[in-house]
Amino acid sequence: MNDAITEKRSVVIEREVAHSPEKVWRALTEPHLIEEWLMKSDFKAVAGHGFNFRGDWGAVDCEVLVVEPNKKLAYTWAALGLESIVTWTLTPTGTGTHLRMEHTGFRPDQQQAYRGAQYGWQKFLGKLEEVLARTD
Amino acid sequence: MPAAHDAIFRTLADPTRRAIFERLCREGEQTVGALTVRAKVSQPAVSKHLGVLKQAGLVRDRQDGRQTHYSAQPGALAPLTDWTSQMTGFWQRHLDRLEDLLKRMDQ
Repeated sequence: MNDAITEKRSVVIEREVAHSPEKVWRALTEPHLIEEWLMKSDFKAVAGHGFNFRGDWGAVDCEVLVVEPNKKLAYTWAALGLESIVTWTLTPTGTGTHLRMEHTGFRPDQQQAYRGAQYGWQKFLGKLEEVLARTD
Repeated sequence: MPAAHDAIFRTLADPTRRAIFERLCREGEQTVGALTVRAKVSQPAVSKHLGVLKQAGLVRDRQDGRQTHYSAQPGALAPLTDWTSQMTGFWQRHLDRLEDLLKRMDQ
């Protein structure tokens, strides 16, 4: 259990936007709007709803985990069986919204597998990794 | 995918070129002649592949008299093997687009 926690990695991006949480929420949850900035999807703001994002490079399988309108949205983000979680947090400010995106996932060993599988180069990169480890 | 990633993947998609790069990673610096001996293609073809690898930042060349020695630059692969930096780039780009969209949306 401890290992699983220490092996997690996160990407956090925070932005101050000059728009109300309600408006940001719409952009995060209405499929025709999501498509304009992220990808095509059959998203619904309903916990437990399974959906996917479809990009020109492939699909991401997702399930909605948390829906707190205008405040918090979380969904799983899985590609090739390896899961991660994307969490959006909206906090009203005097002039708009503080938007926080956290993407938490993969253990380092899985990242390698993920990347290799994603590009169909698992063997190549695995081998390369070994070579690189020896080169140092 | 950022342009730099595109270039690296395009460069390494060719099996002959990839084999040359792997050899340089594994065995260290080599001349075009030494690389040609074991590549199943001609010396001009090997030189051409090395040129493409160099363009993508994957190899470096060093002139020594009339010989050119090539060595791998494995650091060039770092952006591909680091999930955190790759996802940061992904979300930064998409959040820029989200902000553009918010400006266009009605209140």
